[in-house]
Amino acid sequence: MNTLFQDIAPAVSQWMVPALILLIILAGFIKKVPMYESFVTGAREGFDVAVRIIPYLVAILFVVKVFMGSGVFGDLKIALGWVMTKGGLERYTPSLDLIPLALTIPLTGGGAMGVLADTLTRHGPDSFVGLSASIMMGSTETTFYVLTVYFGAVGIKKIRHTLPACLLANAAGLISAVILGWVLFGRLCPGP
Amino acid sequence: MLNKIWFWLLLIGILSGAGKGAYYAAKGELPPNVAEAQAGADGSAPPADNLAAAEVIRASGAHLTNEALDAAEVAVKLCITLIGIMALWLGLMNIAKDAGLVDALARAMRPAMRWLFPDVPDGHPAQGSMLMNLSANALGMGNAATPFGLKAMNDLQTLNRVPDTCTNAMSMFLAINTSSVTLIPITMIGLRIGAGSTNAAGPMAGLLMATTISTATAIVAAKTLSRLPRYALPDVPSNIDADGDAARPQARADHAGVKDGED
Repeated sequence: MNTLFQDIAPAVSQWMVPALILLIILAGFIKKVPMYESFVTGAREGFDVAVRIIPYLVAILFVVKVFMGSGVFGDLKIALGWVMTKGGLERYTPSLDLIPLALTIPLTGGGAMGVLADTLTRHGPDSFVGLSASIMMGSTETTFYVLTVYFGAVGIKKIRHTLPACLLANAAGLISAVILGWVLFGRLCPGP
Repeated sequence: MLNKIWFWLLLIGILSGAGKGAYYAAKGELPPNVAEAQAGADGSAPPADNLAAAEVIRASGAHLTNEALDAAEVAVKLCITLIGIMALWLGLMNIAKDAGLVDALARAMRPAMRWLFPDVPDGHPAQGSMLMNLSANALGMGNAATPFGLKAMNDLQTLNRVPDTCTNAMSMFLAINTSSVTLIPITMIGLRIGAGSTNAAGPMAGLLMATTISTATAIVAAKTLSRLPRYALPDVPSNIDADGDAARPQARADHAGVKDGED
């Protein structure tokens, strides 16, 4: 299973886009769509949107970078480790290595990929922390980036219940990732 | 709410950067985050002990300044890249639409779309673009997902009667979007293989469970929260009410008189 996946998954992923393009142009050919003109008409729409979101991107990336650059996540990890040890939960402190990833995911997807890569090299991809981090990465996605960019693109200012709904989904994904990490891979984690 | 979060993230970031600079200045070494960034930047510079306090404070300030200015540059670079990607995918999507592929997908998924987005009428372009976005996400094609998502927002905005306020459909779409419906996490598996994993697909089962839980939470949360009085849709100005009702069959009488709940 594993070697199969290791060999085939990257190959399949590389062919997904060409296969999709082939499907689209074949369908267009059968339906006699004027493809070149149709493409240009659609493509024109992309330019406006991309330019319109620049200020929103600067605003969100700026605050995310300053916040993450200050190293707050590391401090939080130390503080929570202290609290958990005092509270008799020392067994579960290895999960604290997931804090940087857990707090980066809602802020930025690209940043989270970087944190995951760092976590995997630091702890090993097949360790308890590495496996839990992988589950966490796929469990949920960035909220703030998507919200600012998507709402910015259409000029929405009053976002009503969107942020709480998205953050609840984030929290559910992150918490279930931690729990599933213990349920599925807890045996890999030696006691204190 | 975004305004508040924006402020607090910046405040916490700058104050904690300053606090740590002062704390480590007293110890005579670089704060770990600054040392890491410096090591990453030039590859050399082994973290020295017994640094002068002024040097530590200077370095932690310079670190935050760099991060802030770097963000502006990265944002614009990202947009330039996005222009090309957006044009490519929206161009292809237009062919797919003209060939009837998008409509076929929308027809197949209609019952689910009706339940999730009752305000989006059947056959509306928003159904197609939202489905394209969710499919691209599910297949792990991240750079194709953003163009479809932004187009979906544009299409949803055409159904919006209050242009600066988000609709229930938009909230539901974004909640599902952020909860990540990833079926094939290509990038994650690639990173695991790159880090030397002998069990690259090991976390797949757990991952599918976790993403199901978060997506279910997103749907329930978006549906439930939209009914709370504090998140009610504002009253629709009467001049656009007449034709707007054609697109939205549900009467919104229950929202009448409720103040706009945005904080």
